[in-house]
Amino acid sequence: MSEQITYANLLFIGAWAGILIMLLTYLIYVTGILSPHIDVTVITQNWGKGVDEYLKITHSPQGWGWLKLLNKGDFLNFIGLVLIAVLTIICYFFLVAGYKKRKDWVYFFICILEIAVLALAASGILGAGGH
Amino acid sequence: MSIKNYLTLNTPLIKKQTFGFVNNFSKFTLFLNCKPCGAGEPMLSKNRVKWFCSVDVLLVFIFFLPLAAAAVQNTDAGTSTWPWWFWPLILFVFCFALGIIAVLAGVGGGVLYVPLVSGFFPFHIDFVRGAGLMVALAGALAAGPGLLRRNLASLRLALPVALIASTFSIMGAMLGLYLSKIDPNIVQVCLGATIVGIAVLIFLSKNTEKPVVNRQDAVGLALGIKGTYLDEATKEQIDWKTHRTLLGLVMFVFIGILAGMFGLGAGWANVPVLNLLLGVPLKISVATSKFLLSITDTSAAWIYMNKGCVIPLIAIPSIIGLMLGSFVGVKLLSVAKPKFIRLMVIFVLLFAGLKAIDKGLGLGVLG
Repeated sequence: MSEQITYANLLFIGAWAGILIMLLTYLIYVTGILSPHIDVTVITQNWGKGVDEYLKITHSPQGWGWLKLLNKGDFLNFIGLVLIAVLTIICYFFLVAGYKKRKDWVYFFICILEIAVLALAASGILGAGGH
Repeated sequence: MSIKNYLTLNTPLIKKQTFGFVNNFSKFTLFLNCKPCGAGEPMLSKNRVKWFCSVDVLLVFIFFLPLAAAAVQNTDAGTSTWPWWFWPLILFVFCFALGIIAVLAGVGGGVLYVPLVSGFFPFHIDFVRGAGLMVALAGALAAGPGLLRRNLASLRLALPVALIASTFSIMGAMLGLYLSKIDPNIVQVCLGATIVGIAVLIFLSKNTEKPVVNRQDAVGLALGIKGTYLDEATKEQIDWKTHRTLLGLVMFVFIGILAGMFGLGAGWANVPVLNLLLGVPLKISVATSKFLLSITDTSAAWIYMNKGCVIPLIAIPSIIGLMLGSFVGVKLLSVAKPKFIRLMVIFVLLFAGLKAIDKGLGLGVLG
């Protein structure tokens, strides 16, 4: 199926782009080119605590709140992390088009449902919570 | 006694013991890993690689982990003298070794990462699980394209399975975070028990290269879960189909929950279910499983990321280290003896699982 090859190609480009971006942003972060939102010593002192306590102490955002902190070295790293996390959703759209073209309605709906599940997970409705 | 004082007093003894161990162990591993070489091949250089591979792996786990644990004790007591970059650097090196071992042993990086890092590093299990999912996801995304292009990963098989596993991995992730909020030791003990179970499963698992499926069941027929692939070794075109499809799909409910709850990749469970239960040929099972992880782990990873459980200082050195280690592992695969590495990994998993149980119950038996 040509969409399978398109999926594979997109995955290849996206995965390696994500990893490269992670490497670059991490270097920017650890070298201090961009100042971080949370001081690294505060992170190391609190990464042994549970996530709720950690977020309270460090005033870290949840959900998509990191978008407002892209000018900070630590949260800049989320670009690469989010890219690899969102890649599958993007690739699924190509599968949907392919199955629709073939009138394979069972797999068309399976893909639609999968996009809905992944989009729900990514939206932050389920994961993010007050603390 | 602090680590520094301990090392200062005991360095000559440690050196003597280390070299003695390495010397004896290298002879042992040469014996175990020796493969007949072809005529004219430089046996010495291949054996050096095998030696390095086996000894390096054991050294990392036997000597490094107790050192890390001792440093953790110092950190827990608030007397840590390590700079902030110490743990990310150690984590990077550790994950590099883990990446090599994971490839050689044929197990996923996630199933090794979470129990070992949660047991021996000072990070809370919430952040270890978040990072573990990102690590497993990155590995699956990197491997996926090649498997799809060669038609070894079957979309026909993967998509319905992935829908179930990814939905329930969200529930697993939410359940895991909820239990961790009540008491992280609950998750630690459950993780330990699961890891011990995985070690036993890997040890006992006898996968079938080409299972015999006489008749496809109704669910498999309705979904059209079948395919064909070219076996590179024998050059024959192999047709395959599934049976017990409904039961297999139900199993992925539990696999999804476990994967999401503990931040593990689910390859250890995917392959036996696909191969032994559904009757999918082993190569297709392994390839489809790897591809499946990219979908299952995506949904769980989003839950952890949105909750704030992904700390870049931990996640990124883990991902990069494991990826680089995997490349090296692939290069070493042709010269290493996977059976020995696999047995060692089973032993390490058993130890990591028991360590997690020990830590969760607060027994302190295993350090």
